[in-house]
Amino acid sequence: MIRVRGLKKHLAGKWVLNGLDIDIMDREIFTLLGGSGEGKSVFLKNLTGLMKPDGGTINIDGTEITELSAKKLHKIQTQIGMMFQGGALFDSMTVGDNVAFGMRRLTDYSREKISRMVKKYLEMVGLDGTEDKLPESLSIGMRRRVALARAIATRPRYILYDEPTTGLDPITTDVVCDLFLELQKELDVTSVIVTHDLKTAYKVSSRIGLLYEGKIVAAYDTESFRKSDNPYVKQFIRGNRNGPMKAKNGQESVL
Amino acid sequence: MAFDSLKTRILETADSLGGAAIMLADVAGWMFRKPDGLDNLFKQMVRVGVESVPIVVLSALFTGMVLALQSGVASMKLFNQPVFMGTLVSFTMVLELGPVLTALVVAGRVGASITAELGTMRVSEQLDALYTLGTTPERYLVTPLFISMLIMLPSLTLFADLIGILGGYIVTVYSFEIPGSVYINDVLSHLQIVHFAHGLIKAFFFGFIIVTVSCYRGLTTSGGAEGVGRSTTGAVVVSMVLILVSDYFLTVLLNALGII
Ligand SMILES: Nc1ncnc2c1ncn2[C@@H]1O[C@H](COP(=O)(O)OP(=O)(O)OP(=O)(O)O)[C@@H](O)[C@H]1O
Ligand SMILES: [Mg+2]
Repeated sequence: MIRVRGLKKHLAGKWVLNGLDIDIMDREIFTLLGGSGEGKSVFLKNLTGLMKPDGGTINIDGTEITELSAKKLHKIQTQIGMMFQGGALFDSMTVGDNVAFGMRRLTDYSREKISRMVKKYLEMVGLDGTEDKLPESLSIGMRRRVALARAIATRPRYILYDEPTTGLDPITTDVVCDLFLELQKELDVTSVIVTHDLKTAYKVSSRIGLLYEGKIVAAYDTESFRKSDNPYVKQFIRGNRNGPMKAKNGQESVL
Repeated sequence: MAFDSLKTRILETADSLGGAAIMLADVAGWMFRKPDGLDNLFKQMVRVGVESVPIVVLSALFTGMVLALQSGVASMKLFNQPVFMGTLVSFTMVLELGPVLTALVVAGRVGASITAELGTMRVSEQLDALYTLGTTPERYLVTPLFISMLIMLPSLTLFADLIGILGGYIVTVYSFEIPGSVYINDVLSHLQIVHFAHGLIKAFFFGFIIVTVSCYRGLTTSGGAEGVGRSTTGAVVVSMVLILVSDYFLTVLLNALGII
């Protein structure tokens, strides 16, 4: 399980994360909602140790990762799969090599097994037959799905998804949602999904949290979240600009 | 005010030196272990070495030619005949211009592309992705680049030395109509292995400078496409200046050690 306490991160002159507390239980799908620029991606990067927090603690399966040496941290990082918001596909490699990359390093699969698994994972995300293509020849939505396949291919204990369904059509979104549920049944995996897509959140999550001004302002199981009276949650679900959360980008000052 | 900006500059430089030292320690640890992907090491060898051959040949050939031309013309004026052209060309190439020119060419060509590639991978989070896929940028990308550069720059330099001497031969024989055997005799009767060692030790250090600067600048890139551009130019400029400055001090050192 992941236990985060008082997590703080200062970036570009402001506290992006400001005392964030959350527990992520084993085998759950925890979805983090939050407006654009609220620090969702920053949160995921802190969880993976890719960004060093400026305060607070992150405990993964009993290990405090904020104090680890680079070497020990790397051991933990290999148990975490991450789908990056921009895909972060290796653009000098084919799609197949991208998906195989982690398997070649973190599993003892044979060559044959790896190429079989690559096929399987690409099929799972609806991209069979793209093994030999280069990422640049794919659409953005397709690249995201390759990134998804790459993140799950190493069978990590934790998988973090940064906006997995953003920019996908409703049908593909549904396919990807089913994939999450399937993975959850099949693997001993804990997932953290970051998104602003409520439909995806409702469909797959066991628990949903809401990030605002560097803190988790609400975290309930999915049913309670939908029905919640929490003013932040209500505002986010309704998509209302008036409420406790202020619209960003200085919208007020335009008029 | 000026003092403040100087202070920031010094702090920044200290920070870079520290960061580069950490990178070097990490790379030193990986250097003698099983490489992460032999095909990747091979690819980098080709990129650093083989693909630099044409431009190195071209610059070394013309440098050898112009050295012969200048020394021929000068000695015509002084002694009324061209003398010791082979000696002058070969010493200048092997001790000085072979290593320095090759290093400058490689810094511009390979160093820049290393920084641009690593920088692009940094800003598009590809370097971050490596950590969650069982490797690190230092291990997977930087280490093979170090191995390739430290092997390939001395090799290219040796090659440039020979091509430069050949260039001198061409001008000596065809422009000054001196028999080739005289030129070759001038080269062989004075040039020794220790002179090659002098040049190749320099080349090794220059390779180290180029690969350290360009990898470090690439890994620490920030600020999108513009940042990549800034890092790339920065890396080339810093490498070139360090090569030219360290060349003098290396020569002093090698002299003191008797390797000349
Ligand atoms: N590497 C960085 N350096 C400086 N500032 C950063 C960096 N990464 C993020 N930030 C800042 O942190 C804030 C949160 O960014 P983050 O990417 O986490 O937002 P987000 O919630 O993921 O938004 P979105 O939904 O648009 O992806 C932003 O103000 C951003 O400018
Ligand atoms: Mg984000």
